[in-house]
Amino acid sequence: MNTLIFRTMVPFLAGLMLIVSLIVLLRGHNAPGGGFIGGLLAASAVAIYGMAFGVGATRKLLRVNPLSFAGFGVLLGVVSGVASAAFGVPFLTALWLPGNLFGVPGLFDVGVYCTVSGTFVAIALALEDSGEGG
Amino acid sequence: MDLSFDTFALLVLLAPFAAALVAPLVSRETGRAAGWILAIVPAGLFAILLSTIGDVAAGHPVKVAIDWVPTLGLHFGILIDGLSLTFALLIAGIGTFIIIFSGDYLSSHAYRGRFLGFMLLFMGAMLGLVLADSLVGLFAFWEMTSVSSFLLIGFNHTEEKSRRAAIQALVVTGLGGLALMAGGVLLYVIGGTWDIAALIASPTLRQAGGASPWVIGFVLVAAFTKSAQMPFHFWLPNAMEAPTPVSAYLHSATMVQAGIYLLARMSPLLAGTPLWQGLLCGFGGATLLWGALIALKQTDLKQILAHATIASLGLLVMLLGLGGEAAAMAFAAYFVAHALYKAGLFLVTGIIDHGTGTRDITQLDGLRDSLTISFICAALAALSMFGVPPLLGYIAKEEIYAALGYSDVWAIAALAVLVMGNALVGSAALAILIRPFMGALRPTPDAPHEGRFSLWIGPATFGLLGLAVLFTVSSYGGMVLAPMASAIVAHPIESQLSFAVDLTHLPVWLSLVTWALSILIYWQLDRLRAGLVALERRFTWSFDKGFDQLMLGLIRFAGAWTRAFHHGRLEIYLVIFVASLALMLVLPLWTLSGWPSLPAFPIMTFYQWGVVALAALGVVIIVGSRSRLGAIIALGIQGVGVALIFVIFGAPDLAFTQLMVETLSVVILALVMARLHLSAVDPRPYEDWTRDGMLAVIAGSFATVLLLRVLEGAFDNRLGNFFAHNSVAIAHGHNIVNVILVDFRGLDTLGEISVVMTAGIAVLALLRRQHKRGVQPPKPRRSPRKAVAT
Repeated sequence: MNTLIFRTMVPFLAGLMLIVSLIVLLRGHNAPGGGFIGGLLAASAVAIYGMAFGVGATRKLLRVNPLSFAGFGVLLGVVSGVASAAFGVPFLTALWLPGNLFGVPGLFDVGVYCTVSGTFVAIALALEDSGEGG
Repeated sequence: MDLSFDTFALLVLLAPFAAALVAPLVSRETGRAAGWILAIVPAGLFAILLSTIGDVAAGHPVKVAIDWVPTLGLHFGILIDGLSLTFALLIAGIGTFIIIFSGDYLSSHAYRGRFLGFMLLFMGAMLGLVLADSLVGLFAFWEMTSVSSFLLIGFNHTEEKSRRAAIQALVVTGLGGLALMAGGVLLYVIGGTWDIAALIASPTLRQAGGASPWVIGFVLVAAFTKSAQMPFHFWLPNAMEAPTPVSAYLHSATMVQAGIYLLARMSPLLAGTPLWQGLLCGFGGATLLWGALIALKQTDLKQILAHATIASLGLLVMLLGLGGEAAAMAFAAYFVAHALYKAGLFLVTGIIDHGTGTRDITQLDGLRDSLTISFICAALAALSMFGVPPLLGYIAKEEIYAALGYSDVWAIAALAVLVMGNALVGSAALAILIRPFMGALRPTPDAPHEGRFSLWIGPATFGLLGLAVLFTVSSYGGMVLAPMASAIVAHPIESQLSFAVDLTHLPVWLSLVTWALSILIYWQLDRLRAGLVALERRFTWSFDKGFDQLMLGLIRFAGAWTRAFHHGRLEIYLVIFVASLALMLVLPLWTLSGWPSLPAFPIMTFYQWGVVALAALGVVIIVGSRSRLGAIIALGIQGVGVALIFVIFGAPDLAFTQLMVETLSVVILALVMARLHLSAVDPRPYEDWTRDGMLAVIAGSFATVLLLRVLEGAFDNRLGNFFAHNSVAIAHGHNIVNVILVDFRGLDTLGEISVVMTAGIAVLALLRRQHKRGVQPPKPRRSPRKAVAT
């Protein structure tokens, strides 16, 4: 897997995948896409980076423990749900900013994105890490 | 009250949680001042709570609520009556000084911010517990106090003793949490409401619930575990591994009082039956005597206080068991007095530990000159504990004795237990006051020095409050004690609190007897301690050891159980799994006699056939491939084929997801294979190959048959129409799938992402375990024939 071509390509490829994953996430409400798919795309991006440069380098680049990222996603989901309490409406009610462009569902979808990508990155990195500590 | 005010009031109550979140940041940025800054939150809460005291004392409880899950009759609300207000005031008030104390006490600790955060988290949970107006809220906050106390007890997580104490406390109080849930659900079933005030007022329940020993049993287990009653008392002394502010806060004034709170709260509902009276007086009395006696055995100041706390908790339980107006007044008086003097003493212990480097009373002597302020604080608290007028503790003791009758044998027995228990606790108070502070100064590990202002301000305030009652005794009785006692007996009580000494009344003489006994016991303290230590050596079993035996037994049982069902042979698991799946698929069709008819041969275009052929090709390659990697990649081909089918039938989202999942599955499967160190080819013997193949074909056909049967039914498109109509109109989104996921069925998705993350944690845990144990995966099983051939 550690060919020169692969290693030269991967940073561009992974970057591109991350950008696409964000686009997929953001357009998800009106076109095919969304947090789950976007999260999987982002996880694949990190996974191939890990294959090319090793787990240690990837973790260093990520800075954040992917599982914390996943936890942050769940937290974001809960927080976006609790926000409704301030308006006296039931948990997870969709609230929209004026103009109906962004609101609780969008925030919630970002939470899904974080959880899915974080979890799968964590699993993929742990598996790629072939025994020298994790 | 309008909705926005209610919401505001609830948000104010959530302030400690917000403060807990920012605590690490505040601690990092402001350093030593962090305690003072964060203490603003509990101080503010204290002020807000205090503003309601007039209404509450006048008999108008404050109720605030917003709907939570209206369909289940759940609402999130608070109820401030005499009982919850006194608890809440103590939690917020003592909490203020504890936070100030902790900021300084742990000033050099690397995790001070985390510590303050945990403390505030606990404070929020505890306030929620006492103020919650529904059983569900009570239960939720109850569990939260268990978890946050686990974090606090195990704060010095590098020490094994701390970790063990934390786990022990969590297991014991967690058991109580389960009991509370069972009792609460039972109450809901009987009474038909979660609302505590409504439950208490419901007359039908008083007959059904009071007669139901199950409810009493569950509530008592919950309260006894939390409040360290025998036989669950052993976790509390171990919990002293926590830093001293934790002991002062959780293990004197707040968390252990949660069980007492529960009993007091449930008193109008459950009290009065012989069962309730007998159990509470029995266990409470035993705990009182045991705790007070063991306290005398200890030499560590914190351990003395911990055991004295167990004794005091027993006393409170006993008073609740006795029931009646006078006992309720005594309960209120003792509860407040105890919280103040015990928190003060714990904090003084912290100062002594800080200032001298030891807490052992056999090594401490004559600190009164070097730790003068602490000495005064300790004196105020210990004399209150000893019950000297005009301190708060004296009033409490008088009220206790006034609450007792001496009409029959049981009443006299209760009286004897109370006098003996109070005398033992009083001698412990003398030991705490005299041993470290009096006598000639002895060298200590560190040169003794007084704590800073932020350390002694707490105990000083608590001590002075205990003294201030001298000037406000009647309003103290009317504003604080009487409303609290009224909430326990569920009808208004007038306070007759005063310092008037009436020599013709029994309580005064009982007090004198108690003091005399205390002094007598203190005089013989060293001999008594030696006796107790010798006695303890005789017994090899203790409750603490019993806990270990129980846990070990549980682990062994779980291990044996698991080994019986999880033998570790993957192929057998899979065979069982697939065979059961096939059975489950076919059984409904078999029993309900609904075999489908053969569908008409589909007419499809060439590219549709092409896609189907692609998917089929994938399957053929998987089965035919001898190389594992080849099979995994072929699985991907098959998945892509399915994704394309989704595209053709107009489900681009599904196709997209399928494509991503397939890609990642191939990657992850390949990685797993690499980890398992399997041989590159599949060495299955032919008999296994036949068995697995047959199973696969059978399960596959059954699935096909079931699907065909499902498709024969009429298609109900109501949901589809609903989403198609409302997706843009209500949810402002054109992608129906996504709208369903994040909006219409957001709660499901929230559950799913939680599952995804939990699964991730589990996978990591499994992988790490493998690392740690250094387990080499077993060598691949090879077919004997193959082995000969190569």
